[in-house]
Amino acid sequence: MLLRAIRAEFAKLLTTRIWWVLAVVLFGYIAVLSGGLAALFAGIESGAIDPRAAGTGPPGTPPLGSLPPLVYSFASSVGYVFPVLLGALATTGEFRHQTLTPTFLANPRRVQVLGAKTITLFLAGGAFGAVALLASVGVGALVINAFGVDTLLGGGATWALIGRTLAAMALWASIGVGLGVLVPSQVASIVIVLAFTQFVEPLLRFASMFTSATAGIGKFLPGAASDALVGASIFTVAGPVGGVAAALDWWQGGLVLLGYAAAATIGGYFVSWRRDVT
Amino acid sequence: MPIGAVIEFTNITKRFGNVTAVDDLSFSVEPGRVTGFLGPNGAGKTTTLRMLLGLVGPSSGTATFGGLRYHDLPHPLATVGAALEAASFHPGRTARNHLAIYATAAGLPRTRVAEVLHLVGLADHGSRRVGGYSLGMRQRLGLACTLLGNPGVLVLDEPINGLDPEGIKWIRGFLRDMAAEGRTVLVSSHLLGEVQQSVDDVIIIAQGRLVHRGPLSSLEMQVAPQVVVDSPDRAALANALTRAGVDFSQGRTGLLATAADPARIGHIAFTAGVEVSALHRQKKGLEDAFLALVDGGDSR
Repeated sequence: MLLRAIRAEFAKLLTTRIWWVLAVVLFGYIAVLSGGLAALFAGIESGAIDPRAAGTGPPGTPPLGSLPPLVYSFASSVGYVFPVLLGALATTGEFRHQTLTPTFLANPRRVQVLGAKTITLFLAGGAFGAVALLASVGVGALVINAFGVDTLLGGGATWALIGRTLAAMALWASIGVGLGVLVPSQVASIVIVLAFTQFVEPLLRFASMFTSATAGIGKFLPGAASDALVGASIFTVAGPVGGVAAALDWWQGGLVLLGYAAAATIGGYFVSWRRDVT
Repeated sequence: MPIGAVIEFTNITKRFGNVTAVDDLSFSVEPGRVTGFLGPNGAGKTTTLRMLLGLVGPSSGTATFGGLRYHDLPHPLATVGAALEAASFHPGRTARNHLAIYATAAGLPRTRVAEVLHLVGLADHGSRRVGGYSLGMRQRLGLACTLLGNPGVLVLDEPINGLDPEGIKWIRGFLRDMAAEGRTVLVSSHLLGEVQQSVDDVIIIAQGRLVHRGPLSSLEMQVAPQVVVDSPDRAALANALTRAGVDFSQGRTGLLATAADPARIGHIAFTAGVEVSALHRQKKGLEDAFLALVDGGDSR
C-alpha cells in the first residue's frame, strides 16, 4: 500500500516540468560557482594567479583551508535551496491546484500519503544531490586538476563528503515537504525559503560567531547543521576574523536536520494536512 | 457489472464556528436510480458531499456506503467515483498523466486510463496539458476520474455546470445509462431544470436542512396544477369559467385556471360554445414547487 502511494508521488513529481527546470538551474549554478572559485583558489595555490592580486599570503599557501572539499561542498552549502524548493512546491502545489481532493479520494489514509511524499522527496532530494555533485565535483575537479593541484578524489575522506552531501540534500527536500504542509500557501512558502536561506540564516550564522555563547546556538541553525553533516563549507571558513567557529559533529548535524524535517512535517500535519479539504 | 451500494446519511451535521452549514440531515440514496441532490447555492450540498467522501469531517452524524464510511472502504475508487465542483487538476499535467497518478495510487491497472478517456470522449486529447482544456473538457476529465475504478456508486457535484448543449445531452444519457446498469447515482445541482430530465428521485435541502425527499413526481403534488386556456373571445371564455365555478387568473398568454385538468376546461368551453385557441397544462409546476420549498427554507 505504501509502495503504491510512493509510486503515485513519484508520478506526480515527474509529470510536471518543475523538477527538471530546478535540476538544470541547480547544475548550472553550482557548476559556475564551483568552477569559478576552483579556478580562483587553485590559481592562487598553484601560483598561476599572483597572490598579491588576490590579497592573500605568499604563493603555495592554501588560501582557505583545504581547497577541494571546499569546492565540492558547494553542492550542498549553496545548492541546498533547490531540494527545499522542490519539496515545498510538491506539497503546496497540492493545496494550490486542489489536487488534495483526488489524492485523498484515491487514498483516504492521509498519514500514509504524507509519509509517501516525504520518502519520495527524500529520494528526489538525493537525486538533486547527485546533480549538484556532478556540477561541484565534476566541474570543480576538472578545474583544480587543470591547475595541477591535487583533486583528492583518490581519498576516502572526499568520497565520505560526497556521500554525506547526498544525505544532506535528501534531508533538505524532506524539510521542504514539512515547510509546505506547515505553510500551505505556495507564495508564502517560496518567500520563506528564499528569504531564510539566502538572507536570514547566513546573517544569523555570521552574527552568532562573534561570541562563544551565540556560536553554541548558531551551530544548530539548519544550514550550519547541514554544513556540519557534509564536513566542509564556504560559510565555516568565511566567518568573521577572530570569530568563534563552532560546529556539530557530522552525525549530530544529520540528526539536527532530520529533527527539523520531522518537526515541520508533524507540525504541518496538524496545521493543514488533516484539516477539511474544501 | 458493478453493484451499487446504498448511500446513507444519518443525522449528519457540520458547523463552521457559529454557522451550521449542514443541519442534522438524514436520507438514503438507492442503487439503480438517479437521485438529484438539489438546493440553492450555499445550501450545504457541497459540504454534505465532501463529508460523504471523507474530505470534510462532520461535526456529528455519519455518512456511509453500504454501511462503511469512505475511510473504511477497502478499495475506495473501485466502490465510489466522485467528481467535485472544484477543478482539481495541475494545469501543467496531461490528462493521461493525471489519471495515471490516481490509478496508481488506488492500485488500478494503467489500462483503465485509456479506457476511461475513451468513455468520456477525450481519447484524442489525453496527451494535452489540462491547462489548455475548456470547462466542458475539464468536466469530462472529472468524470473520467470517477470511472477509473468502475465503481458502483457515482457522486457528482454540479456535473452539468459549464457544459454546452451537446455536453448536457451527453451527460443526461450518461447518468441514465449508469443507473440502468444498477449503479447508485447521486447528482447535485442548484437548478432543478438542469437535472429534471434525468433524475428519478429528488432530495432538496435549503439552509443545510432537508426540505423534501421522494420521487420526482412527488414534487408535482406540492403545487396545485394549472391549466392555461385562451380564446379569441377571452371575455366569453372568462364568463364560461366563472359560471362553471373554476378559479382562474389573467395570464400573459391566456387565462390560468387553478386546480383543474385540461379535459374539464375544454369541456366547459365546448358546452359554452367558446372557441379555444390554446389549452395546455402549465409546465412551470416543478420549478415552482422547487422554489416554494427552497424559499420556505430561506424564510425560516
